Parts: sequence; structure tokens; C-alpha cells
Amino acid sequence: MTTSGGEAALFGVLAPLMVLASLGLLVVRRAVHAAICVVFVMIALAVLYVASQAPFLGVVQVVVYTGAVMMLFLFVLMLVGVDAADSLTETIRGQRWIGVLLGLGLLVVLGGVVGRVVLPPGPAAAPGAGAAATNPEGLARVLFGDYVLAMEVVGVLLVTAALAGLVLTHRRRLGPRRTQRFVAEQRVAQLAEGRPLTPLPAPGVYAQNTAMDTPALGPDGRPLEHSVPRVLRIRGQQRSVTAVLAAEETLVERGAPGALEPADADGAPADGAPPDGGPAAKTDGAPDTGDGGRRARDDREVRG
Amino acid sequence: MIPGVAADFSQDTIWTSVVKAVLIVVFLLLSVLVAIWFERKVVARMQVRPGPNVHGPFGLLQSLADAMKLLLKEDVNVTAADRVVYLLAPMISVFCALLVFAVIPFGPEVTIPFTDYSTPAQLTDFPVAVLYVLACASVGVYGIVLGGWSSGSTYPLLGAVRSTAQVISYELAMGLSLVSVFVMAGSMSTSSIVESQARLWWFLPLLPAFAVYLISMIGETNRLPFDLPEAEGELVSGYMTEYSSMKFAWFFLAEYINMLNVSAICTTLFLGGWRAPWPLSAVGDGVLNTGWWPVLWFLAKLWALMFVFVWVRGTLLRLRYDQFMVFGWKVLIPVALAWVVVLSVVQWLRQGDLVGAGAGGGELLLTAVAVVFLALVVAVLRPGRARRRADAAAGVGGVARAAAPDPFVARSRMFDPFAGGYPVPPLPGQHLPPSPRAARHAVEPDLVDPEAGPDRDPDRDPDRDQPVQEESR
Repeated sequence: MTTSGGEAALFGVLAPLMVLASLGLLVVRRAVHAAICVVFVMIALAVLYVASQAPFLGVVQVVVYTGAVMMLFLFVLMLVGVDAADSLTETIRGQRWIGVLLGLGLLVVLGGVVGRVVLPPGPAAAPGAGAAATNPEGLARVLFGDYVLAMEVVGVLLVTAALAGLVLTHRRRLGPRRTQRFVAEQRVAQLAEGRPLTPLPAPGVYAQNTAMDTPALGPDGRPLEHSVPRVLRIRGQQRSVTAVLAAEETLVERGAPGALEPADADGAPADGAPPDGGPAAKTDGAPDTGDGGRRARDDREVRG
Repeated sequence: MIPGVAADFSQDTIWTSVVKAVLIVVFLLLSVLVAIWFERKVVARMQVRPGPNVHGPFGLLQSLADAMKLLLKEDVNVTAADRVVYLLAPMISVFCALLVFAVIPFGPEVTIPFTDYSTPAQLTDFPVAVLYVLACASVGVYGIVLGGWSSGSTYPLLGAVRSTAQVISYELAMGLSLVSVFVMAGSMSTSSIVESQARLWWFLPLLPAFAVYLISMIGETNRLPFDLPEAEGELVSGYMTEYSSMKFAWFFLAEYINMLNVSAICTTLFLGGWRAPWPLSAVGDGVLNTGWWPVLWFLAKLWALMFVFVWVRGTLLRLRYDQFMVFGWKVLIPVALAWVVVLSVVQWLRQGDLVGAGAGGGELLLTAVAVVFLALVVAVLRPGRARRRADAAAGVGGVARAAAPDPFVARSRMFDPFAGGYPVPPLPGQHLPPSPRAARHAVEPDLVDPEAGPDRDPDRDPDRDQPVQEESR
């Protein structure tokens, strides 16, 4: 079995790249970069398999190792974050030297084996594969004919491992499951106790700050106290709307003195803000701002 | 002649392959431009609006204009990004998407016009061509994953994690559904599979596998209703949030090429590939299955499946993530597995000729088995069954539903705004209580009266207003 020119060229290009990628696995600092190097080696290996007339093995190499196994590795590595790099502190004393020693030993063993190997002269040694028309058929004959017992045993082993994984991570559910429907029905039931049906309103957003600690304004212009997160309210860290708006108007005044009417021109109610109260409405000094506020308040009194 | 492959590539030189490869890339890029226009136009039609109609006839040049805009936009590089991987990710996506069409047969042996040189209308084929497609898809996921990770931002990472989980789990169901085609066709090469569908297209005898494939191909390409990796309402746009300009365009391109890929695979494996549909295939002793005609049938089937993509997008809502995963692992994969077992048993019966039928009888039997299997699956999984079981187990809502009869059967004249425990609108024959805001109409009767019919009257009735307002406070 001789190597064709095309195959030799392919090997000549891919093999050095694979060696570089393998070295990269040792050198690079970030785990994801190392994973990419491994993926490259795997795909190049698959290409070499296909070139040596083993298309099934090559494709399965990509599907199983690159597509599934390495992807799961990457899946975990990704959660480490972009900026994380390996730490070089030794957790076990002298582990680096032990590692180097073992690596050298492996190199010697591999060198000895590879140096003494003698390739068989004829076509591929796999029994049965030569007779079959195509590569997958030959493999199928070998796997499900000659080695069917080993194949089944390996299958059982893998299923057992998967089942063990399920059993070890299984937790018994205490109490019924809270489904979406259950939660929805609970919410409707709690409507009678004064709990809101909808999610709580988001905290207010004003020109000066987009903070969580300022209450939103309801459609009637009153601040909604429950829009501020409960923790902030308990800690006493919420700000009143009046304070926020006053601070904003101070800012605006500082920016453009004289272009403003006084902040309390329309006699804003003590409990809240002017209903359509944006400072934007005030900067142009429109006289109907206060009027609008008053009308809205009147409206509220009529309805309330 | 490659062993195990129906198409004959022995006449092809390296230049034939190069020309075919270039033609495929051009075809894909043009198809993407058309697909974007097609999708926007069809979705617009479904939503009763015109869609793109300014640039070119019927807005055909709209996607070209969009592509130009993307090319000329500023290429933003995120500071927190991992530069090399950030650039590599969209390349991986596009590269892997472009690879798939190499094994798709557009037609049988065609003769190049004005010459007598004939060659298969397919770049290449080999005994494991369909597995090669799966391999390309699984490497393509790296584009999404690495793009999400290297952006150095939260939403892309979440999108990438979702996408990995989604594509891996739906690839399983997809692979299992393809297994039944392999069993029937006795081959994994695309041209042999098309060859094997001369009498009957596999979507009929393999109906359950076809259904599983149709669902999982939408999950595989991250399209609505399975577009959770880029769910706008939750993740801005998922793994491509931090990408702009041409790098974004690459992801976009890859997504649309992937749609074309899975549609082409579906056409080849289940819908007879380039074969003419039945009444046409009988015309003139199969003359429509020779020459350049098959390319037309192939493209027609491809675009019919693209229409299915758009149709599904225009019809269905995005799933919740956990429901989506439960559907994949607890419904699709078990159904696909069970179908493979059923199919093997039927194949065994056919091969031993235990049913006493010829080849045609065996296929009829298989079709019947497929229909029964699918009916069983639908019966077990029909909507509402699981919910009723869960409710019975949890004891939730059972009482309310038992007390309240079906609202559409017993129509009470009395409007109960909380019938069955939920806020509900009035049924036909019921009326809403007068609105609390009706008092405002009373102030300006002259303005309202001319247009308003008699049905306006109860709204303005002040006597009726009072109690409702009391209640609302």
C-alpha cells in the first residue's frame, strides 16, 4: 500500500499544523484557546482518516469527538469567563517536575514502540473489511458480526454509566411542582388580598438618575411606593420623589440660570411631584404646566 | 466510480469540481438574498402589510441594499472581547454552512449545453455523505459558542450556552430520524438515497421520522419558534449581540444558508430529491426526470420547505426555554427511538417475507404502520392531557373547573368577570358592566349624540355608574 502524491502533500501540510496546535495546547494560557487547539487537531485527524480511505471513521471522529465531547468540555470552560487564565501556582509540591518526568517516560516508551513497528506489506489488515463494497459496510460487518458481543457489552456499559449519572444527580421532589399554571392561579387567588395580578411596577427613571431607589409615578401622578425594591425600603434607603425632582431642578437652574421659573411656582403637593412633572416641561416656562397639574388634581378629587 | 455511490464522478476533472464549487457558492449567496426578501414578503403578507416594496420591482433589491449597508457600517470591536476568537467565530459559522451543499444532488447526470460532456449535477458524494452533513452542522455550532464566549458580555454568553444545549439535543433527534432513511435506502450517500426513491418518496412510509426531522430542523437552525439563543425579548439578540457590520452579516448569512441546508437535506432524504412529483413523473415515460428538468423540481421542493420555515415563523410563538428542552428530550428523542425500533421490526418482517407480500405490499404495510404510530404519538401527547394529569396530581384548579361548566356550552346571561378564576371578557350575549369612566361622556352629550347609536345609552346612564365606581375603589 503506497501513499499517493496528493495524500502525501495533505499530510505534509496538516501534520506540522497539528504539531503546532498540540504544542499550543501546552503553551496557551486560556482554557478556551487550548480547547480550540484540540478541536483543530481533531478535525485535521479526521481529514487524515478520510484521506486514508476511512471516511466513516473520519466523519464519526468529527461528529462524536468534536461535535459532542469537545463541545461539552467547551461548554464548561465557557462559564469560566473571557478574562480567566490558568494559575501557575502548584497545588501539590513538585508536581511540575513529576509531570515532566512522566512525560519523558511516555516519550521514551512511544519512541521505542514507534521505532520498532513494522508495517504489514499487503492491504489493510482488518478482517472482512477488504471484502465489503464500502467502508461503512465493512465496519458494520466487523462490529456487528465478529465483535457483536463486545459491542453490546460496551453499549450496556455506557447505558449503565448514563443511568448512574441520572441516579447520582437525582433529587426527590418534595411537594408538588410549581407550574406556570399553578403560579398564575395562585396570583389570581391572591388578588382578593390586595396583591397585584401583574408584576410590580418598575422603579422610577428620572433625568438625573436611573436608580432603583426612586419610586415610579402612577398614572395619577402619585409615587408608587411598592415600585422600590423591598430591601431598599426596609433599609430606609429609598428616596422620595420630591427630593429627586428638587435635585434635578437645582441642576437645571445651575445649567441655565434665568431661563426658569421657581421650582415651587405651582405649589407642588407635599406628598408627590407635579403630575406631568418632568423638568423638561418646566424649562420652557410654560404657564399651563401648573394649570395642568391642578386640573389633574381636581380630576383626582372628583374621582376619589 | 466510487463504491456505494449511485452518481458517477469518474469523468470529472479537477476543473469540473472547481466550476461546480464556485457555482454552488454563487447559488447559495444569491439564494440567501432571495430568501431574505422572500421571508420578509411572505411574513408581511401573513401580517396584512406590504413588506419591502421600495427598492426594485416588488422590493427585490431590498436585501441587496441591506447587505450594502452592513458592508459599509463601522466595524465595532468590543474592548472586552477576545480578539482572535471573536473574529474566528463568524468565519467558522459561514465556512461550515457553505460545506453542506457539496453533497446535495441538484439533479442526475446533466449534459453541459452545446457540448456532449455530461457530469452529475452534484459536487461530490461518498458513502457517508449524510453523516458528513451532520459533522458540518456540529462544527458550525462552534461558531455560535465561540462568538458568544469571546464577546465578553453576559447576553451573548447566555445565548451561546442556550444554543449549544439546543443544537446538541436537537441534533440527536435529527440523527435518529435520519437513521430510518438509511435503513430503508440501505445507504448513506445522497445520490443513492435519491436513487432509492424512484418508486416511493420516503416521507410517506417514514412519516414519523419525517415529522421529527421537520421539527428538529427548525430547532437546529435556531429559527422561530425555537430561536431561544437570540430571543430578542430576553437576550437582546443572543450570541450576536456584540457583533456589527460584516461580522454580523456573516452570522446572518450562515443562519440563512443553514436554512437552505436543512431544507435541501429534507428534500433529498424524504421528498425524493430531484425527482418530479407523481403526475409529472409519469409524463412521457419519465422524460421530466432527465436532463435539466430535475433541477427545477429540486428547487421547487427546496423553496416549499423554505416557505414552511416562514409559515411556522408567522404562525407560532416562541417557546419557553425549559418547555423547549423538555419537548426535545422527552418527546422528540423517545419518539424517534421508538420509531427506529418499530421500523426495524417491520423491516425484519419484510425481509423474511413473513407478511407474504411483495415489495409494494411491504411498503403499504410500512405506511400503515407509520400512520398508526404517528396517530398513537399524537393521541398520547395531545395538548391538555399532560396539564389535566398535572392538575389532578397537584389538586390545583380542579375544583374551579369542575364547578364552572364549559363557558361555550352554558352561556349565562349574567356576566361573571372571574369565571373559572380568571379575568375574562364577556361571551356573546353577555354585556360588560358600564364603564367607570362613562361619567365623562355625560358632560358633553352634544358631541357624542349624532354618531352614537342607542347602544351608547347605558354607558351614560348616571344611575348605573355609581355602584360600579364604588366597587372599583
